[in-house]
Amino acid sequence: MAHVDVAPILARHLTVPACEVAGETVAEVLEGLFASHDRLRGYVLDDQGGLRRHIVVFVDGEAVRDLARAVRPTSEVVIMQALSGG
Amino acid sequence: MDRLYVSTRKGLFTFERKGTGWVIASVDFLGDPVTLTLPTEDALYAALNLGHFGTKLRRRRGAEWEEVAVPVYPEQPQGVDDVKWSLELIWSLEAAGDRLWAGTIPGGLFHSDDAGESWTLVRPLWDREERKQAFGGGYDAPGIHSIAIHPADPKELLLAVSCGGVWRSQDDGAAWELVGDGLVADYMPDGKRDMKAIQDPHRIQRCAAEPDVVWMQHHNGAFRSTDGGVSWSSLEVPPSSFGFAVAAHPTDPKTAWFVPAVKDECRVPVDGKVVVARTRDGGESFEVLREGLPQEHAYDLVFRHALDVDASGETLAFGSTTGSLWMSANGGDSWATVSANLPPIYAVRFG
Repeated sequence: MAHVDVAPILARHLTVPACEVAGETVAEVLEGLFASHDRLRGYVLDDQGGLRRHIVVFVDGEAVRDLARAVRPTSEVVIMQALSGG
Repeated sequence: MDRLYVSTRKGLFTFERKGTGWVIASVDFLGDPVTLTLPTEDALYAALNLGHFGTKLRRRRGAEWEEVAVPVYPEQPQGVDDVKWSLELIWSLEAAGDRLWAGTIPGGLFHSDDAGESWTLVRPLWDREERKQAFGGGYDAPGIHSIAIHPADPKELLLAVSCGGVWRSQDDGAAWELVGDGLVADYMPDGKRDMKAIQDPHRIQRCAAEPDVVWMQHHNGAFRSTDGGVSWSSLEVPPSSFGFAVAAHPTDPKTAWFVPAVKDECRVPVDGKVVVARTRDGGESFEVLREGLPQEHAYDLVFRHALDVDASGETLAFGSTTGSLWMSANGGDSWATVSANLPPIYAVRFG
């Protein structure tokens, strides 16, 4: 199962501890995560199921925007936000 | 009404009346953009725009805030629309009994009958062809910023869309009529100036006691309707008919307040003086109220949701993009600076 970490800045809004999630693609891993953290879906995906513009998923250190991208059982998946604002 | 909710770019500030003044009683969501609030009989709702993480809705019934659902758009059929079917912003939120109505960018109207636990898109409005002629006003996509519910007949709704005109339903949202006779958009090309589907009402407000009277601050001037929004008469507001906010007196259908700015390409007060324009004769004439307001080098702009009047019609509040908050206890005759150091103010609301 992939190891999933969520950026600490999200902890201001939702509690999502690091966890192990099954799935062969980024999309499947995210769905697995949302199954136990329902509210998280709207923080990560837009209404059409795509990644929010300023959200990035790293798989083993590589930024991924294609949700069909394969994930290995040993993969490290990190969900984080782009930096912006003022 | 002894409470005022001030939604800002960096949090929600709740003011309470204390003696003759108003003080901050609580600060919520400090650091996060709060778009607007809705106080109802049993709850307070706050819409947040978290940027990276999207728009969220929070509800407080006792001491604690909890996150409830936001409107979510259905799956978008391919090639049907230039606008992405995805929630950008909750731009208006109103209650009629147990039903909540939410107006959004990119232009969908939603309702909830379970206090925000779930939302339903009003398809008869969303599916109207005229929607595709609308365009964004200050944002990429059009949005519903005003929902004026008829107080005696909550099935009658009047919406204002920037930039997509004024819409009326008399059957709780099942059928919609594009209204707005008399509205004019001088900034449009010839032949399109009186097109109803592209008008840019900045804000509409109904008179609670005489709900057929509706006031409008439009991109292109100020207007008043006496037939529930079907037709409108143009008003000349000094020192400028441009602005965003309007407040309707709750009981006197001839009284309303506007906060003018120079014009669309220069959104600051005229001559650097913050003023409120008040009519008491249905818009025939206006008084320019300035006592207690900054009259030198003031560049405060007042957004569309940032002016409110309480149920008495005597207490008013407005807040600016530079974080100033002013209140009046005498219908606008004189004003007191409640704060000059808040974050940029998006909305004020008595409750």
